[in-house]
Amino acid sequence: MNSSQLLGITTLAYLLSSAFYIALFVFKNRKLGTIGLAITVIGWFCQTAGLGLRWYESYQMGIGHAPLTNMYESLVFFAWCVVPFYIYMELKFKTSVIGTFAMPFAFVAMAYASFAKGINQEISPLIPALQSNWLIAHVVTCFIGYGAFAVAGGLGMMYLLKKSAIRRSLSADSLTGSLPDLKVIDDMTHKTIVFGFLWLSAGIITGAVWANEAWGTYWSWDPKETWSLITWFIYASTLHARFTRGWSGSRIAWLSILGFIAVFFTYFGVNFWLSGLHSYGAG
Amino acid sequence: MSQKKKNPVWAFFASVKLALFLLFILAATSIIGTIIPQSKPMDFYVHEYGENMARLMQTLGIPDMYNSWWFLGLLTFFSLNLIVCSLERIPTVWKIIHKDNLDIDPAKLVRRKIKKEVTLRSKKDEVVSKVASFLKSKGWKPEQRDKGDGVLLFAEKGPWTRFGVYIVHTSILIIFIGAIIGSPTVARKIFKNPTFAFKGSIMIPETRQTDSIFAFDTGEKIPLGFTIRCNYFNIEYYPNGMPKEYLSDLTVIEDGREVLHTRIEVNSPLTYRGITFYQSSYQPYNDFVVRVKSEKTGATYASVIPPAKQIRWDEGGITFGILNTERFGEVVRRVKVWFSDNQGEPSIFWIEAGREAIIERPSGKYAFTAKQLYATGLQVAKDPGVWFVYIGCGMMLLGLMVAFFMSHRKIWAYVREEDGAIRILFVGSANKNKLGFEKKFHEMLDDFS
Repeated sequence: MNSSQLLGITTLAYLLSSAFYIALFVFKNRKLGTIGLAITVIGWFCQTAGLGLRWYESYQMGIGHAPLTNMYESLVFFAWCVVPFYIYMELKFKTSVIGTFAMPFAFVAMAYASFAKGINQEISPLIPALQSNWLIAHVVTCFIGYGAFAVAGGLGMMYLLKKSAIRRSLSADSLTGSLPDLKVIDDMTHKTIVFGFLWLSAGIITGAVWANEAWGTYWSWDPKETWSLITWFIYASTLHARFTRGWSGSRIAWLSILGFIAVFFTYFGVNFWLSGLHSYGAG
Repeated sequence: MSQKKKNPVWAFFASVKLALFLLFILAATSIIGTIIPQSKPMDFYVHEYGENMARLMQTLGIPDMYNSWWFLGLLTFFSLNLIVCSLERIPTVWKIIHKDNLDIDPAKLVRRKIKKEVTLRSKKDEVVSKVASFLKSKGWKPEQRDKGDGVLLFAEKGPWTRFGVYIVHTSILIIFIGAIIGSPTVARKIFKNPTFAFKGSIMIPETRQTDSIFAFDTGEKIPLGFTIRCNYFNIEYYPNGMPKEYLSDLTVIEDGREVLHTRIEVNSPLTYRGITFYQSSYQPYNDFVVRVKSEKTGATYASVIPPAKQIRWDEGGITFGILNTERFGEVVRRVKVWFSDNQGEPSIFWIEAGREAIIERPSGKYAFTAKQLYATGLQVAKDPGVWFVYIGCGMMLLGLMVAFFMSHRKIWAYVREEDGAIRILFVGSANKNKLGFEKKFHEMLDDFS
């Protein structure tokens, strides 16, 4: 058993659990959610083992480093961050239907990592600039934030879906009937954004410290840095709008989606469309 | 406060609407600099966007937009907004924290949402001390006051957490102050002292030294105040040919004395007298650093020589030169050496660059190395503001945690006699996460009996 087989099983598990959660959303059979959760947990343990094994394998190859160094590894790690966050939400809020809006993110990240063209799955040695312990701190903090924002974006969509169903006065047994109350979704979205914001801030800070250690400039307005700041501004506005102007509901839901688009662009868009210090992330 | 509110400028900067607007505008305009390449020569913009557009961009400072007058202006507005907003609200928070919470009409407490009433058959004084010791056992430090028909107890936790958000605001300002202190432009134009803070670079060929560097933005020469020498530079490769590490062996020389000898790599710089040297690039040359040692006499020759030139070393009694090279890009992998001691046929052989070869000649053995000459490219920075930035960053994380995850919680207990029994009204309040606090409040009071 090697790491890519384990991660392959993970991809499959996330596909299955996504399917079960979508089925739960459609058929509202509680058992489907339980199966979905079980598969998710198994998948996540497989993934943890896979990541650990990949780390170990890199040492076997004599180039030991944490599996966080290129697009493939970061996508896998992104999925790895989304899943426990979502499991925590499901257990805390006792609402398994959240999986319908969270697990597909994890699956798509894994599938994209495994099947997209131009994504190198090899364990490759680290270029000198990446050889730093700050690598782990920076990537881990950023991706916990990204994971939370992905879930917040999913919750935002959930909110808008439920809201529009209510507006069209669909009966409670329609598709959205199984979704939690609007107030509960709103509260979850907000708390998730708060959590993500703290980690994004930490991610930007660890990146700045690392940059200063590596070349004496903690901030250089590189596109990725700038986009992470743009993302930070968006969530900062969201939090201010809520705390001081009492925004909630649809407006926060839309902002959570806008925020996630910014996260998505910071993560992917910058690598594909803009050049800069983080361009090695594209490989 | 009310007087300040009349001042329209103050009111403008105190508004949260301005904060939201600025955050939005900063986010939106920041995008420009990620799409339009920055710091290119004017020709680039003319070629890419046409002459008129390029001129407009020049006026708006787009080629260096994050330092443009309007972007810095936005950041100034943002700072003013932060300062005024915080100054406007901190006195209110101060008042809330220092409020006398026992100076309250107990009848009004009943209207609070988080509450629980308990009835006991006991003496009033006993119940008061029971309630007090119960609260103490739960980590609350109650005060009490006689309210005529009953006794009111009050305890609070984390009143200072109300400052969390202002810690975050202050942290941003401290980061800005750090950025200003560490800015080469500010050092040059305002402090009139370019050596106070700078960012620059220098190429030092192996065996050479320098006592100044060149600033990034102006190309100006900046004296270091000491001398730095590059003893050698080396690149290590992975088996697949990828570079593994660039490293420079450096010596710091002050007043003619060698005070520090160290080796730097990418991510592991050298700091001396507040100036940090980062390994950033390199430059291969055509010349070679050659070292020859006569094993018989122990005499050593070390110098930089050009290829295809005959070198005479009188002390060692030999003549040598580099006839040819085998290159991989700009990097020399092998060199062909010609070596003679004027006895018999000269030796001609290939050796790997940087490796030592032992040459056996009628006159004795010689150890020979030839290494391509490199210059190490160092990025050099002096940033006296960086600790402000770091402190600001730390404060921000701390402030965010306080602001998001901690709250100001209060508990009142009103003990009074009614119909021959003692009734205790417990009331709680929290400024954040009210649901969570309500749950904890009831869990705690379940233990009270």
